Amino acid sequence: MEASVYPPTQQRKHLVRRLANKLQQKPTLFLLFLLTPPILWFCVVYLGSLFALLWQSFYTFDSFSMTTTPELTFDNYLSLFEVTNLDIILRTLGMACVVTFACALLGFPIAYYMTRYAGAKERGFFYIAVILPMWASYIVKAYAWTVILSQQGMIYWVVNRLGLMPLLTSVLHIDVVGGNTLATSNLGRFIVFTYLWLPFMILPIQAALERVPSNLLQASADLGAKPAQTFWRVLLPLVFPGVVAGSIFTFSLTLGDYIIPQLVGPSGLYIGNMVYSMQGTVGNMPLAAAFTVVPIILIFAYLALAKRAGAFDAL
Amino acid sequence: MGLAVEFSALSRYFGDVRALDGVSLAIHEGEFFSMLGPSGSGKTTCLRLIAGFDQPTSGSLKIFGKEAAGTPPYERAVNTVFQDYALFPHMSVLKNVAYGLMVKGVAKAEYIKSAEKALEQVALADYGHRKPSELSGGQRQRVALARALVNKPRILLLDEPLGALDMKLREHMQSELKALHNQLGITFIYVTHDQGEALSMSDRVAVFNKGQIEQVDTPRQLYGQPNTSFVADFVGTSNIISADCAFHITGKQQAFAIRSEHIKLIKDPQIGESIQVVGKVFDTQFHGAYTKISLHLTQQAVDQNHPPLVHVVLAHDELGEQPLPQIGQVCNLTWSPQHMVMLNH
Repeated sequence: MEASVYPPTQQRKHLVRRLANKLQQKPTLFLLFLLTPPILWFCVVYLGSLFALLWQSFYTFDSFSMTTTPELTFDNYLSLFEVTNLDIILRTLGMACVVTFACALLGFPIAYYMTRYAGAKERGFFYIAVILPMWASYIVKAYAWTVILSQQGMIYWVVNRLGLMPLLTSVLHIDVVGGNTLATSNLGRFIVFTYLWLPFMILPIQAALERVPSNLLQASADLGAKPAQTFWRVLLPLVFPGVVAGSIFTFSLTLGDYIIPQLVGPSGLYIGNMVYSMQGTVGNMPLAAAFTVVPIILIFAYLALAKRAGAFDAL
Repeated sequence: MGLAVEFSALSRYFGDVRALDGVSLAIHEGEFFSMLGPSGSGKTTCLRLIAGFDQPTSGSLKIFGKEAAGTPPYERAVNTVFQDYALFPHMSVLKNVAYGLMVKGVAKAEYIKSAEKALEQVALADYGHRKPSELSGGQRQRVALARALVNKPRILLLDEPLGALDMKLREHMQSELKALHNQLGITFIYVTHDQGEALSMSDRVAVFNKGQIEQVDTPRQLYGQPNTSFVADFVGTSNIISADCAFHITGKQQAFAIRSEHIKLIKDPQIGESIQVVGKVFDTQFHGAYTKISLHLTQQAVDQNHPPLVHVVLAHDELGEQPLPQIGQVCNLTWSPQHMVMLNH
């Protein structure tokens, strides 16, 4: 009898209203209701795939029959320490460090100018200038650089016109840095990486600088600190979390890249190439997985070091 | 005694905005000098010029007789207490206080000792290891004070340092600052928009308006003999009677100011020297120690729709058992001519 008090449509409304009231009264239930879908997504897609990867890195690969069996082993990780594989890791790590350092060095002044000196219009220009390259396809930019760096390209042309060819030749003769041409040298690869990841460094530093009130810098000067002292003791410590955030991008992007090493620079594989060929052509999924874990461990180590150095004290 | 700070025709323009427009001013050594004015009147610009955060567009600024334009802040014998304290968030309280000595290359043992002593002076000896974020507003304020004073500046600049504190704490800090000034004997330059603060603490006050100085005087003079209607209005509460209206009262076409506390309410018109007008009560406000009564001077009105307004302050002990006037009641007002301040503009 009671159900017939409301006509069917109104009854449905009534139920929705009751549910809404219930949720209103129990905030935890409401929160759960809202958060369950994204948390499920996060757990399954992100963490799930990560753990599947980790798990597979312990599987056994039989190089004779080219098959993978789910027997757990440490062999994949041990083989990372073979000379050829260790070479790959160190080569990638070295480039990641140098690129990160260069990006920080180039990014800081640009971000500083954007926040402290640029007017509204100029700042808008800078934002677009920094973000615009990120709109273009990464592959296109990489190929564009192979043209720019080639012997018929822009850089050679300018260097030639300026009569600086002997200088470039002598730079290219330096071990590790150089190579036959710019396009096949580590220098060229470094330039392309730095170009590609620079925006990822500028934006977090700029955001961190934005949060430093200018009267702190005035207070420092007022108390007798010279500009260099203000930079090292006040500005940099406060902005450092931003630099670390940016460097995580530049660092991990370099560690995971497999296209630039194929297009620009000398031969010799990077971690990304190794993963690509192991899981693609060779089909050695477990070793590919083990290689993938390397950047993750490196990033954790880097963060631990940064924390130890007091990078997050200002947060 | 020499001059601590001297402005000659000092100006600072921001584009078309004249933040400071040809100001000349001399601040004596050891003085507690206040710069009083509404926001945007140029007082903070003055302070920033003295500190060296900003450079004048024209004119000269001398600190202890030496031209200061072009000298960076870190080479000036001046320290600032900032409005929102500007404590370094990543350093402990002790490190904040020690900062000035540290960057000047004082030995570590020595600057730690000095900083600890300075913290003791402001009653924060046990707070050295804390971060500024763990302190209350009043405590931060004292850290900012200690951080400035540990450098033994010859001039201390204070930029509305009490603005963020509640009233009780503000009054307490006012007397502490005054005591500190007496004890140290250095020049204090105090920027505020609170006339009560400026009057109660200062040896002299400069009243700023629209980038210029209206009057520089002792608090007593400023209150008793304001030069301009702006000063009369801004310092204390005054009734400013326009020239047209004054003509009906005094017979002279000159504006004047009369303090609210100098007006008396009387029952019947009296014969004598004093000035008498009739007003109609339209509002009364109880303020504890006194009651403020607002009246319209209907008889002296040039425009009947906008009769001149007069506020009267009645102290309660003066009022005795008399009932307060009711809204709508017509009262006789009187004041003595000697309390009137003739205004030139």
